[in-house]
Amino acid sequence: MHTKEASFPVVSLSAQERMITGVVALLLGTFMLFGIAFANSDIMHNAAHDTRHAITVPCH
Amino acid sequence: MIMRVLLAAVIAGMLAGAAAGAFQIWRVTPLILAAEVYENQNGTAAEHGHSQAEHATHVNADTDETWAPEDGLERTAYTLLTNLVMGVGFAFLLAATVMLSGQAITTQNGVLWGLAGFIVFALAPATGLAPELPGMPAADLVARQGWWFGTVLATAGGIALIVFQANIALKALGIILLVIPNVVGAPHPPTLESAVPAILAADFVANTLAMLALYWIVLGVSMGWWLNRPGSMEKA
Repeated sequence: MHTKEASFPVVSLSAQERMITGVVALLLGTFMLFGIAFANSDIMHNAAHDTRHAITVPCH
Repeated sequence: MIMRVLLAAVIAGMLAGAAAGAFQIWRVTPLILAAEVYENQNGTAAEHGHSQAEHATHVNADTDETWAPEDGLERTAYTLLTNLVMGVGFAFLLAATVMLSGQAITTQNGVLWGLAGFIVFALAPATGLAPELPGMPAADLVARQGWWFGTVLATAGGIALIVFQANIALKALGIILLVIPNVVGAPHPPTLESAVPAILAADFVANTLAMLALYWIVLGVSMGWWLNRPGSMEKA
């Protein structure tokens, strides 16, 4: 464990912890992005319609 | 430890989603509603049955009604809800990049992380697919989604190579990744004719980009702040 500065706790994570956390976060984030921005179902589209336009993803 | 980082993402994401949602209701949704009036006059709004304006002018254009939030409070509530979820989703993607790159995120450099997110998810895709109002002509949806997603990946990879790699050749590769999406070219709309006035579209572009900048700056700064606040060093 090498901490360069006490105020950067994120740096103090081990490489393995970083890897696991990173992959879990990547999967969760991708899942939510697809749900809000890309999911093809009409209900999902209608619920997220204005937000899809506002976050500038292709909507219809 | 994992939970602490994920919690930071949830908190930063909710803050960003709430700020962006409020901005959307104030500055962006009125433009969408205004454009829908033209969308309906246009008659090109085929598979789209969601706004009351549309129901009113198109009495039974599409009768296969799927559920959609009612205009007014319900529609506004869904705007807030979907922004909160999207904020947390963006925050997870930012946390993943921080973790996998082995870099730190702090209150100070959070603005830079946010700027990178804004370039990846907003500015770069907008160079080929301009933010689009209802009723504007557009190419095939799946082709545009593919270009959008490819541009996000290429831009993220390009910025990572340029910022994190010392090797000049890898930095050069990063620049190539940044330009590839527009060399390939975004899918073109079948026509440039649009019933939606240009001023409305220009207004929409400026305000959506401002909203996405707000998203990412709040995300970067609040995630850096949450992870570095006094006490977060204690063993989690």
